[in-house]
Amino acid sequence: MPSKTFCWAIIDAMHEEMARDEKVFLIGEDVAAAGGAFGASRGLLDAFGPTRVRDTPISEEIIVGMGVGAAMTGRRPIVEIMFIDFLGLCLDQIANQAAKTHYIYNGLFKMPLVIRTSTAVEMGIGPHHSQAWESLVAHIPGLKVVMPSTPRDAKGLLKSAIRDDNPVVFIEHIAMHRNKEEIEDDSDLLIPIGKADIKRSGTDVTVVASGLMVARALAAAEVLAKDGVSVEVLDPRTISPLDFDTIAESVSRTNRCLVVSSSHKNFGFGSEVAAEIGERCFFDLDQPVRRLSPPFTPAPFGRQFDEFLNPDTDDIVAALRDLMA
Amino acid sequence: MTQDPISLYRSMLEIRECETQLNALFAQNKFPGYIHSYLGQEACAVGICADLNERDYVVSNHRGRGHYLAKGMALKPMVAEMLGKETGICGGRGGEMHAADPELGILGGNGIVGAGMPIAAGAALSAQMDGEGAVAAVFFGEGASNNGSFGETLNIAAAWKLPLVMVCENNLYAEMTPFADTVAQPDVAARAAGYGMESEVVDGNDVLAVRAAAGRAYARARAGEGPTLLELKTYRWGGHFEGDPRKYRSKEEEAEWKALCPVARYRAHLLDEVGVEGAQLEALETKIAAEVAEAVEFALNSPLPEPRSALSKVFAGSGAAPDC
Repeated sequence: MPSKTFCWAIIDAMHEEMARDEKVFLIGEDVAAAGGAFGASRGLLDAFGPTRVRDTPISEEIIVGMGVGAAMTGRRPIVEIMFIDFLGLCLDQIANQAAKTHYIYNGLFKMPLVIRTSTAVEMGIGPHHSQAWESLVAHIPGLKVVMPSTPRDAKGLLKSAIRDDNPVVFIEHIAMHRNKEEIEDDSDLLIPIGKADIKRSGTDVTVVASGLMVARALAAAEVLAKDGVSVEVLDPRTISPLDFDTIAESVSRTNRCLVVSSSHKNFGFGSEVAAEIGERCFFDLDQPVRRLSPPFTPAPFGRQFDEFLNPDTDDIVAALRDLMA
Repeated sequence: MTQDPISLYRSMLEIRECETQLNALFAQNKFPGYIHSYLGQEACAVGICADLNERDYVVSNHRGRGHYLAKGMALKPMVAEMLGKETGICGGRGGEMHAADPELGILGGNGIVGAGMPIAAGAALSAQMDGEGAVAAVFFGEGASNNGSFGETLNIAAAWKLPLVMVCENNLYAEMTPFADTVAQPDVAARAAGYGMESEVVDGNDVLAVRAAAGRAYARARAGEGPTLLELKTYRWGGHFEGDPRKYRSKEEEAEWKALCPVARYRAHLLDEVGVEGAQLEALETKIAAEVAEAVEFALNSPLPEPRSALSKVFAGSGAAPDC
């Protein structure tokens, strides 16, 4: 099987879907001639031409808004918002238009729109290029929010997102772009949106980890294995709708749970998971659910701050040992 | 949608009657929520939609009944939607600011001032990709021209030569603030030049002038020559919403503009210049009033949607909301 980087998995997904369906097109800042600010649309302009792969002005509201209008009139747009931090500039089109149009008009319109965006959490770029906003968008009914942690998941989920008739916010982490994984050569590799994946099976404790934290949770599981503790690592892959069934099934077996994410605790992903486990699995729990998240502050410029603020493998190991004590 | 001289009048009358009867309903506390009345602006919607067909798109705003009717939406499901009834065109869940009909190219209203312009640009992009000569027209008020979405839309529509007609209904009041108090340049059309877009200022109370300007804009758009900004100078007879005490303007000003009534003006044109018989117009007026009354009655007698239906259609392709 060919080994692919996360970045090429994204490109392949778009390339295959654009070849499959002429209604699919891509617009955004620097997506065409430059091949994407992070190289994630390389070759698409040459393959599909300037009508279907088009550079826009730095105008986030119109980028998403045009996607909404095009989706309402039969196209399947992929729009790119370079950094997730820029969603504030187009949140009306995302939250009030894309997310609600099918609902408001009682199903008269579909909204097959993919909003691809990148997060650069922990990359030291400063407070406007380093946020984990998946919890923010996940709070909006009518949106699907997808955040893969591996190249294969990225490809299969992006292809599913493009074929979905609903708006999907697709979050790519730039720090993962060079991660490699073997991906089967299958132009119908579709990973279902809303389905969690057990990245490592275990029996003693469940770690629900998203995005960057999945690899760290797996590393922590290795460490705990040496102590004789069997850790299950569960990656929801889709933030909304969250696969609570798989999470609850896991926790009801392990009786302990740690949630690790780059999202703040306050009103965030970890809190949502913890609350749901509390409601569904209270009598299965041997310990209160624990959360590991960055503190409720912005992220200043510089890696030293990122390292200080964000959970790392050692933090996860310590939290797990605490839970097992 | 409306070709001959009488049809133009019919369409304006339908809007006038609808707004008048719904305002009366509101005064009797029989209308839920707000009404954003279109009274006084009838020539704008009718002139703009006169030469559009079903393949052309219209994007409306919060003051949308005129646009819906002029683009051909049927009275009964439209009025029922305004009252939030199950028989409404969107099953009653859209309400007063949201109605749509994809079959007629009506892509909805909006509760957010300025949000329709980017959506219309997207519809125009679809039309450009289809290459079949369809156009998109978007209605917005002069107040929305101070929203960022306006500048973003003007720029990209001009740069990409989108088949888009941006219809600014300048009714002088941005919600409850005189537009002139918020700008140094009160002519919205003047902004087009800075973006490299064609524009025209039109008497928005003259349906024939609006139709002619729209025709020029559509010809450019259909020929691939790009978008046009039309500024229709008009006046909102009512407040921002019914019940707005309108303390920000004088009764004299209102009287001056009511004397320029677009419906009466076009009626006089039909009588004096087209040679239509007064009796024919009176018969039409009686007929339209009865049709609107019938639609209002239909809406009043229709059931409200079941509260539980709020849980459906959050997503396409699935029934209930994921939590249910």
